[in-house]
Amino acid sequence: MPSESPENPSLAAVSRWRRMLLIRRFEETVARLLAERRLGGTTHLCIGQEAVAVGVCGSMERRDQVVSNHRGHGHLLAKGGDPARLLAELAGRVAGYCRGKGGSQHVAVPDIGFMGSNGITGGGIPIALGLALAAKRAKDDRVVVSMFGDGACATGNFHECLNMAALWRVPLIFCCENNLYAMSHPAEAGLSAGSPTRWAASYGDMPVETVDGNDVEAVRGAYLRLAEKVRQGGGPAFLEALTYRLCGHSRSDARLYRTREEENTWKERDPIRRSGEALRDQGLGEQLEAMKESVEEEIAAAVAHAMASPPGDEALARGGLFAPEETP
Amino acid sequence: MTPTPLSFREAVREAMAEAMRADPSVFLMGEDIGVYGGAFGVSKGLLDEFGPDRVLQTPISENSFVGAAVGAAAGGLRPIVEIMFADFLTCCTDALVNHAAKFRYMYDGKLTVPMVLRTPMGRRFGYGATHSQSPEAFFLHVPGLKVVAPHSPNDAKALLLASIHDPDPVLFFEHKLLYDTVEERSSGDETVRLGEARVVRPGRDVTLISYARGVTLSLEAASALVEQGIQCEVIDLRTLAPMDVATCIASVRRTGRAVVVSEDCLTGGVASAVAVELGERAFEYLLGPIARVSAVDVPVPSGPVLEDAVMVSSEEIARQAQHLVRSY
Repeated sequence: MPSESPENPSLAAVSRWRRMLLIRRFEETVARLLAERRLGGTTHLCIGQEAVAVGVCGSMERRDQVVSNHRGHGHLLAKGGDPARLLAELAGRVAGYCRGKGGSQHVAVPDIGFMGSNGITGGGIPIALGLALAAKRAKDDRVVVSMFGDGACATGNFHECLNMAALWRVPLIFCCENNLYAMSHPAEAGLSAGSPTRWAASYGDMPVETVDGNDVEAVRGAYLRLAEKVRQGGGPAFLEALTYRLCGHSRSDARLYRTREEENTWKERDPIRRSGEALRDQGLGEQLEAMKESVEEEIAAAVAHAMASPPGDEALARGGLFAPEETP
Repeated sequence: MTPTPLSFREAVREAMAEAMRADPSVFLMGEDIGVYGGAFGVSKGLLDEFGPDRVLQTPISENSFVGAAVGAAAGGLRPIVEIMFADFLTCCTDALVNHAAKFRYMYDGKLTVPMVLRTPMGRRFGYGATHSQSPEAFFLHVPGLKVVAPHSPNDAKALLLASIHDPDPVLFFEHKLLYDTVEERSSGDETVRLGEARVVRPGRDVTLISYARGVTLSLEAASALVEQGIQCEVIDLRTLAPMDVATCIASVRRTGRAVVVSEDCLTGGVASAVAVELGERAFEYLLGPIARVSAVDVPVPSGPVLEDAVMVSSEEIARQAQHLVRSY
């Protein structure tokens, strides 16, 4: 992952733009491979939400840990994941991060602090709470981030974990990617508080921010402000990023629950386009063009690498349930 | 040295305290486990010795604090969680089944869950339908969980220590009616491995296979049958998953007859699981059908006469054993 260079903030912003484009092109490639039946399974793409992934996960230190959800490809790539190994995982190949056992919704790369995507809505929130408890116990200044959507805010896990995190003052940042729909169910029909931040503010004295989730620099700024407070031992914090999924919930979604007009409004706010325009205004157009090309090369190499890897065998499928027996 | 007594309750408490003294990453979580000492007084005194960070009393949020234990375990700690009544496992089944049990396999060993979940199960003097269940068989159906249910105090201590040291999640059932049972403390640092049954009484005519309090009832039946000249062999399974079927088969090979006793309800219960193994793998040694003695398939009623009417009795075990010996 390109590291931030404090003396050159523009180049850092360019590298964030590149990371968003990489996520977008990765997701579009997954959609194409699914349509071509070169990939199977189910996937939940994050097209339109790349600024949240990059603004939050791309701003975390390597030692910081994130627990992702079912829509997690962007989170992993933003945290420093390798698109070739992620794609191989989706394709059920041994080059995948979990050698094809996990698939799209169950990838873990603890070396880079990616503590699992999670197929149960709200299921990752308690896991993040436990990791934050371990971080507090370890007394390093690591923070843990829990990524979830507006749908998860209706689960018991959400409320139970906000309550316990506030009681235990653990270094945990709850990050709600509010994309306005829990699959097809509108957030306004699912959350009686209207906004999850109203609930969050009632748990202890948690700092709460809402940010334009389609503005990567704004997301990054909000994340860093909250992370600083959390790192100093102030207990948990809550970040809501308002965004929109520009694709369907999963591959079979005909999007009957929302209008094309609404979708077009959000297309106008495409986070990659917005960030690109701002950077072009700063005279960085040439760099963006070069980045575009390198992203295409990286994606093509990822597809080639993933598809060249073999699938696992029966021994792999049957094994690995428990730790190998220690000889007494 | 004069023999010293050990109660089941003390055994569990001592195992936890010894593990906590030896390893600072071991800690307790659960409801009312502090000053109150847990609903059955098992953790009494541990708060004084280890403090509130390591005897972490939780609000009534079972799924989230069990999920947090999963996260803490994945983050390097060794949680021991108490669920107040085994009936409440229904409130944390997602954390247990979808997370604890699956992490190692699904994430291909990238995240592992060395945690123990302890819980009291079984009937006790009219607690009624939601505080008397023996739900252990549910969890035999979940690959990735180890399930332990000891009978004797010495085994309880050794098996709990083995469970805490185990690198994978262990569900540890404690029968409420065994907490006050006492036996002579075994001599030394006897270690017991998970997955090993024990012949607790040798005999040549019929094998009685059980676990937890079912062993008490089976031993009573065995004593009662002596005067009729029937010698029962009694096997304590100790661990239900992985199950030591080999020890059961070896016994049935000698006796030719088997009665399987479990205090859960009959259909789909532990006795069924044992009987199927014997039916498939010991058919040629059997002189007659395998008998199951379990509770009636109804919720556990509260009134003492009603409760007795549907629960396992040593008389019924003796009747079944006698029938097999007389008829085959």
